[in-house]
Amino acid sequence: MRKIFPVLTVVAAIFAFWYAAVPFMNVKETLTGLERAGAVVVPDNPIERRDASSFGLVLNNSFAIPATYAQERPRLPAPHQVAQDLWKTTVMKKVTSKRSLVYHGWITLSATLLGFAIGTGAGIILAVGIVHSRAMDMSVMPWAIASQTIPILAIAPMIIVVLNSIGIQGLVPKAIISAYLSFFPVVVGMVKGLRAPDAMQMDLLKTYNASDNQGFWKLRLPASMPYLFASLKIGVAAALVGAIVAELPAGGARGLGGRMLTGSYYGQMVQIWSALVFAAVLAASLVLLIGLAQRRALKRMGLT
Amino acid sequence: MTLVILAFVIWVAMWALNTRLANGPRANSRPIQLLVPAIFGLTILVVWELLVHGLNVPLVILPAPSHVVATFFNEIPTLWLDFQQTFIKGALSGYVIGCGAAFATAILVDRYDFLKRGLLPVGNFVAALPIVGTAPILVMWFGFDWQSKAAVVVVMVFFPMLVNTVAGLQETTSMQRDLMRTYGAGYWPSLTKLRLPAAMPFIFNGLKISTTLALIGAIVAEFFGSPTMGMGFRISTSVGQLALDMVWAEIVVAALAGSAFYGVVAMTEKTVTFWHPSQRK
Amino acid sequence: MVPNANSSVISAKALDLTFQTADAPVHALKDVSLDIAQGDFVSFIGPSGCGKTTFLRCIAGLETPTGGTLTVNGMTADEARRARAYGYVFQAAGLYPWRTIAGNIKLPLEIMGYSKADQNDRVARVLDLVELSDFGAKFPWQLSGGMQQRASIARALAFDADILLMDEPFGALDEIVRDHLNEQLLALWTRTNKTIAFVTHSIPEAVYLSTKIVVMSPRPGRITDVIDSPLPKERPLDIRDTPEFIEIAHRVREGLRAGHEDD
Repeated sequence: MRKIFPVLTVVAAIFAFWYAAVPFMNVKETLTGLERAGAVVVPDNPIERRDASSFGLVLNNSFAIPATYAQERPRLPAPHQVAQDLWKTTVMKKVTSKRSLVYHGWITLSATLLGFAIGTGAGIILAVGIVHSRAMDMSVMPWAIASQTIPILAIAPMIIVVLNSIGIQGLVPKAIISAYLSFFPVVVGMVKGLRAPDAMQMDLLKTYNASDNQGFWKLRLPASMPYLFASLKIGVAAALVGAIVAELPAGGARGLGGRMLTGSYYGQMVQIWSALVFAAVLAASLVLLIGLAQRRALKRMGLT
Repeated sequence: MTLVILAFVIWVAMWALNTRLANGPRANSRPIQLLVPAIFGLTILVVWELLVHGLNVPLVILPAPSHVVATFFNEIPTLWLDFQQTFIKGALSGYVIGCGAAFATAILVDRYDFLKRGLLPVGNFVAALPIVGTAPILVMWFGFDWQSKAAVVVVMVFFPMLVNTVAGLQETTSMQRDLMRTYGAGYWPSLTKLRLPAAMPFIFNGLKISTTLALIGAIVAEFFGSPTMGMGFRISTSVGQLALDMVWAEIVVAALAGSAFYGVVAMTEKTVTFWHPSQRK
Repeated sequence: MVPNANSSVISAKALDLTFQTADAPVHALKDVSLDIAQGDFVSFIGPSGCGKTTFLRCIAGLETPTGGTLTVNGMTADEARRARAYGYVFQAAGLYPWRTIAGNIKLPLEIMGYSKADQNDRVARVLDLVELSDFGAKFPWQLSGGMQQRASIARALAFDADILLMDEPFGALDEIVRDHLNEQLLALWTRTNKTIAFVTHSIPEAVYLSTKIVVMSPRPGRITDVIDSPLPKERPLDIRDTPEFIEIAHRVREGLRAGHEDD
């Protein structure tokens, strides 16, 4: 209770702020609509209203406040509008429907998971190579580290279009971008992990005359697990972002990224917010799942 | 075909050379440590160039490095304009505002335990979310110009910076805090003389993470709408026109800007936290 | 008011301190009464958990006793802390790595609002006192452990508090360095005539340094013996081989053993 209470307070404060902001964000459009429907609004001139401050408009037209929470196309949807839309597009729609968020979420999620698996696998293999070969270490590692300072995401549209032009479409191009984004954090984290055993532990194995292979399986690999899981969490979040951004130039309006893009084209704020919340829940669940796996694995290894 | 074979031969030769250098007697010297990755990078470029010519890879799939370099130098005025729009106006201003706001919030959060216990879990949660997704919303609120890009950057860098700074401010030992108490030092002296200096490594960690996020945020936000310039705008329109040499030229700019930005922050860190075990010579 | 030679600077009467932990209350201090006079060098010795450090922290106002009275310079411990009545030396030097040695010594002076010129004078003076004059511009991590601890003593001396509270300051140092620092500390005490309360778990160190040795024992933390040392104020290192020294050491050891028997 002592832990939950402050968190709940902060969350409640965020929602309170959100609700408080809705009238000010939506007042202009609301007044235009009400005026058209015959209500008397102050000032009654749309141009004057455009230049007036939202604060004054809300004060002078307090009767319009309830209406600001029920706009068809609000600038800032109220939380309950987003919740309603989420309910409508997840539970109430068949998952095969083009208007179901579950359908779009799955499209994004499948690309994320495939990419994440590829990226992680390749990352671990490269890390093992780097730890075993000095030449590889010195050649590749500086580039792997430097690449983390570069906005790799910027090449997403290009990869999509290039792969498209050679006939690869759908899941695979997005998965490649996801893989690419999760790859580098895993390489860097895993190399760090495989190098985690200190000199004394390595010397102990030397006194047993253990082979390199034995050293890897019995010492380096177990020691790397905490590092691996830490980078998996970063990697999966990056993979999801990659999949979403990869959906932007595809233009097919499929996936969560596609929902955001079409929402932005047609001014459907509620749709963007639902997609955003859905993506957030997805990201949080993925990180949580890896956290659970981490706890179980480390517990079995006696590391926690 | 000969070019492909040549590429293969160069690759093998590079690898043999790097293996010798890396296992040689002077492998730990500074020049060798710089030389080996440089050889590797250069070989990648040469092999790329040879393969593109040897296999006649069309421009719309992969331009040769020489082609990209030529485009880069021919298009410098455009690239410079895009750089100013995206990096200086969008990323940099958002970075300064976002990191500054996060820093101020962190000081406030740190002072009140209730806020700390409430905001930190929320901040950690938000830091893991796909925040780029707010880009379409912010573009709609703040318009197509750089203000909306800066807003996206602010949202993106805020939470990582907040979480790092708060963690840093807690990074003092009980002995260090007791020492301040024996001097009867109040809140402000403890903050400025002990907790802020001790937090610097963490603060810089947040600042470094934020450099990359800022650039990503500014570029991706342009995919949702921008004036007719900017790195993200140029990338998406050039992709549409299949002008991949221009896309690659923008990527070169992004890579240079990203690593230079990171480098500047890392250099500042070195001078500020010279005392930290990881920075001592 | 300057206290005269036999007035007590620190006075504890029936001091109790109980920590509430999850399973059972811990009696860190029980019925501790002690008077420390101006110019005394008092050592607290005992096994871990006997409350010697806790008592020192009470004097410093870092812990609040749950019963009894405690005055420092005639004030409560917390008032004395605010009045900056003492300098405190911890087990580790705890110097800030981002400040030079001189900068570290300036730290309390800055907090207490001394003028810039005064700060520099004082730094020079205490650096001289601990024989670190040539190292003011160095950073702590460039110095040996013994030198770091000397710097931390200088830091505690810089603002001229009459009382010096030291919590196992030499515990982490090796024997040779420790002997040297003990000698220096005695010389410093003779010169400055400060009142020193010193926590240690080394019998020779306690006997060599102190005018008064307080033997403590655990569960509950309490004083089992107070020994007034007959040794002269001038103490060369080889005083440790004299019969008087060995006799006091013997009595301390007996006191420690007695404390253990009723476990």
